[in-house]
This record gives sequence, C-alpha cells and structure tokens, in this order.
Amino acid sequence: MNIAIETVELSRSFYEKGTGGDNSFWALRDVSLRVPEGMIFGLLGPNGAGKTTLIKILATLLLPTRGIAKVAGFNVDNEFKSIRPIINMVSGGENCGYGILTVEENLWMFTQFYGIPTDRAMKNIGAMMEMMGLAEKAKTKINKLSTGMRQKMNFIRGFITDPKILFLDEPTLGLDVNAARDTRKFVRDWMKNASEPKTLILTTHYMMEADEMCDRVAIIDGGKILAEDSPASLKKQQSGGIVYKIVASYKKIDEGELKKINGVTAFVCTPVAGNEHMEMVFNISSDSVLPALIEKINSLGLSIKSINKDEFTLEDAFIKLVGKRLNGGEAPNV
Amino acid sequence: MSESEFMMNLRGMWARAYVRIVGVNRELSWLLFELLFPLFPICSFCFVYKSMNAPDDYLGFVILGGATVAIWMNVIWGMAAQFFWERESGNLTLYMLCPLNTMSVLIGMAVGAGFSTFLRLIITVMIGKMLFGVQFFVTSYTLLFITLAVTITSVFCLGMMMSSFFLLYGRDAWNLLTIFMEPVFFLSGFYFPVKSLGFAVGSIASLIPITLGLDAMRQLCFKLGPVNGFLPVWTEIWILLALSVIYFLLARYLLAKIEYIGRREGRLTLRWQ
Repeated sequence: MNIAIETVELSRSFYEKGTGGDNSFWALRDVSLRVPEGMIFGLLGPNGAGKTTLIKILATLLLPTRGIAKVAGFNVDNEFKSIRPIINMVSGGENCGYGILTVEENLWMFTQFYGIPTDRAMKNIGAMMEMMGLAEKAKTKINKLSTGMRQKMNFIRGFITDPKILFLDEPTLGLDVNAARDTRKFVRDWMKNASEPKTLILTTHYMMEADEMCDRVAIIDGGKILAEDSPASLKKQQSGGIVYKIVASYKKIDEGELKKINGVTAFVCTPVAGNEHMEMVFNISSDSVLPALIEKINSLGLSIKSINKDEFTLEDAFIKLVGKRLNGGEAPNV
Repeated sequence: MSESEFMMNLRGMWARAYVRIVGVNRELSWLLFELLFPLFPICSFCFVYKSMNAPDDYLGFVILGGATVAIWMNVIWGMAAQFFWERESGNLTLYMLCPLNTMSVLIGMAVGAGFSTFLRLIITVMIGKMLFGVQFFVTSYTLLFITLAVTITSVFCLGMMMSSFFLLYGRDAWNLLTIFMEPVFFLSGFYFPVKSLGFAVGSIASLIPITLGLDAMRQLCFKLGPVNGFLPVWTEIWILLALSVIYFLLARYLLAKIEYIGRREGRLTLRWQ
C-alpha cells in the first residue's frame, strides 16, 4: 500500500516576537506518522496541541524546524512544487474569496488557480453545489451568504480541484447539525466514488465526528503524539473500566477529594447550563466503586441530579490520555 | 515551464484580473471614491489657476494630474496593500497552497487594476475637460497611448514590488506609506509641471514612475507641454520601460524571498503571529 503522508521526528518551533529568539516554544515535537493512501486520518487534540501546525507543514505552508515530512513521497522542504497540484485544504471559519463575486464565480476563480479548463470547472461546480444544497445560491454574492452557506462554499472549494490528499482543519466548525451532517455525507460519498484512492487528514473538535468518519486517529497534545490507532482499538486499549456521568448542582469543590477514592482511574468535571450544574465523568475500575463515589459527592455538599452509566467513547479515551476534555474542562491527574 | 504550467498561470492571472475588471465595477462606490472625490482637488487647483489668469493649458495640466491620482491611489491601496488584506482574509494562504506561481496572482491583480484605472482616468479627464472647457492638442495619439500604457505598467510594477514590503512589514509599511503620501503627491507634480522642482529634485522624483509618465502625457496633450517638459518624451518612455523591468524583477525576487521567509517563520499563514 502506498504511503500518502509520512513524517519522521517532525518538529517545529516558534519564536515569541520581541524576545530576540530567546523565548521559543515547540508547537510540534518529534512527530512520526505514516498514513496510507485511501484513508480518513483524524488528528485530535485540544487547542494549541499542534494539529494546525502539522497540517500547515504538510500543506507546504510552513517549514519544519527539524525532521522530515513527505506528502505523496515528496519532501515538503524542497519538493513543494510537486505537492501543491495534488493537495487542497479547507479550514473551519474560513473567510476566503471575494465578497463582490458570486458563489459560482468565486469557485470558478479557485479552479483556475489549478489550471482546470472553464467548461469542466463549471460542470463540476454545478454538480457539487447541487450535492451540498448550495445550487440556488450560485448567483448570490458571497458577502450575502450566512456563515453556514459560506462554509459549504469553502468545502466545495477544497474538493472541486479533485485533490489526491485533502486537509480538513475543523471543517464543520460553526455549522448547524444538518449542515454538518450534509458535509460528512459529502465526504463519505467523495471518498467512495473517487476513481483513485483519496486521503483525507481531518482535525476536529467533535469526537463523534472523528469516531464516525476516521479510519485511524492520532491523539496529539503539547506537540506530541500520545496515541495512534483506529477509534475502536483506541477505545478498547484505553477502556479497562466503566464510565459514569454524574450531573450535580454546581459548587466549588476540592477535586482532589474525588481523586483519592480507590478505583477512580480518570475524572473530568465541566460546568454546564451556565454554572447551574456540573457534569462529572468518572472512569472507575468496577461498579463496586460507585457507592463510595456517591457518598463522597454527597459529603462534599453536592446534590446529585442524575447518574448515567455510559459506553466507553473516544472522548473518554481522549480524557484518559490527555487529562482534559477536547473542548476545555480540566481533568485532575488520577 | 511546461505548456500546462504556462496555461495554468495564464488562467490564474485572468481569474485574478476578473475580480478587478468585472467584480469591482459592481460596487458603485468607485464612482464616489475614484471619480467624484478626485474631482474636488482638481477643481480647487483649476480655480486657483483661473484666478491667476494662467494659460488654459495649466488647467489641462491639473486635470491630467488629478486624473492620475486615481492610478496612484489604486496602486497604493489596491496593489501594495492588497496582499496584506488577502492575508487577513485567508486568501493568501490559498494562493500559496495552489500550484500557481504567486507572481501570476500579482500580475493578474495588476492587469485588472490597470485596466480599471485606465478607464477611470479617461472618464475623469473627459469630465474635467467638460467642466473647464480645456482644449487638448494631442500631437500623437499612438505615442500618447504608448506613454499611458508604459506609465500604468511601471506604476503597477512598483505596486507589485511594494506588496512584498507590505507582506513583510504589515502595519509598519502602511504607516510609512501614509507618512509619504503627501511628499509623493508633491514630488510627482500632480498639480504643476515637475520641471519647476529643478533637475536634481526632478530626477529623484522620477523614481516614482508616475512623475515621468505624467510629464510625457502633458507634453503630448498641450501646446505649453513641451516648454514645461522635464525630459524629452522618448527619453521618459525609455526610462519608464527600464523602471518597469527593474521593479518587476525586484517584485519577483522579493516575493520569492518573502514567500520563503513566510514558510520559515509562519508569517504569511498564521494570522496570530
């Protein structure tokens, strides 16, 4: 099987402005990955984990500080001209294009940057707008589009050049449930109907999305890859316990008290409903730990609203590995 | 460059020029900013010359000069600063990501802007001529067209070069340009013949291509033009051609350099940096 993406001990540092280079930080540290062709590969990590830096290096927009990165066998360092014709990228919340041009004109413009003849480009644009439910907005100037519609246009822009390797950096950010579902379906259809193997690198803040779409995922934090496998295998590897979600009234507590309980292997606490309640997710070794847990919660003066026993999800695996939720919510190290 | 690469760059140039040629005219605000507003200083200077009983040709100098202000403004805000805005909107990332040479994007932008400003210059001159009844005595329409074309080319080549500075220095370049706006207006002789500045100052001012272009056009359009000319028309045309080549090559070199720095430091694609 051909390798679409390969990185060997890839690292990237940035200097903080005005420090004369003294204050550098590592956005990526010794990342080694191999992504075979024809795969949807997810990159999961909290904000600042290094996902976007990795994508920008692979998309030839940023040079590595050290290490090797290859895309379709070409080195991003000095063979970027061979990489650019076969890749594309879509980022969430992107604001690209020109407001004075229509959706159709903007998409046409971007196809021209890849040398696609106008008649073929217009045919593909029409078909993709139909698939994404954007056909009726074809003649609308993009400064009149809603955020969701604009993101759909961006999405089409990424696919319209029929790239071999596509980078999707939080592509469903800001989309409503239906639009996000449409885009996921669009991606699946595109992968399925492609005449040659396509590879998709996806970063997302939505665990469900990663679980549903990705063949493999890498969990990244602090610029390092903490784990890499299929979602099912990751869940299996990291589970080894039972997950309980307990919703209680909100109160500032000493989280250390909950850590101390024997049998609690992971714990994360997030305020919900505008600090009215808090959701506590516990990973415990067996059901027998539950009574002690409830007793401790009550002794802390919290009033329990609900207790649910959950299946171990990719998010639970993430919490266990990273120590916090993907969208914030600190987890004490237990 | 292979044939397919050449075609791709050509398509890319046209697509980027399309935004300027077709798109921009949809926003009627250009009538205000590029036609009506430049007419105010033109009228002011015309009234001054009229009150002094200056020859009518001086009114013509002002009208032609005032009309070319639109070209200069377009170069500054529509060319030099454009990549800065493109970076903010995220378009620059996409330009760098695609296989197209970034220089083709810049050329497309210049061609589109050059075409639009050419039309605007003609309209402003016509309106000025109507308002003040100025007579044009064009000695050679061919030479006038060549002068205009070479002037627009060299000015936009300068704009292309400046766009790299904007990319590198961002707001600092912006501030610098705002500071130099009035001195450039003065040195280019928008409202008076540049010969009045003397040879030394005029020569320095000639680094701004609009100075020589405007001087040559005045010499070709008005009876008093040659008397007030800074250099012979053909000399000015050759200098403008040389400036076009120099600024174009510098623009290409600087853009490649800035692109490399951008990739090394992440300056062009990471907006938070």
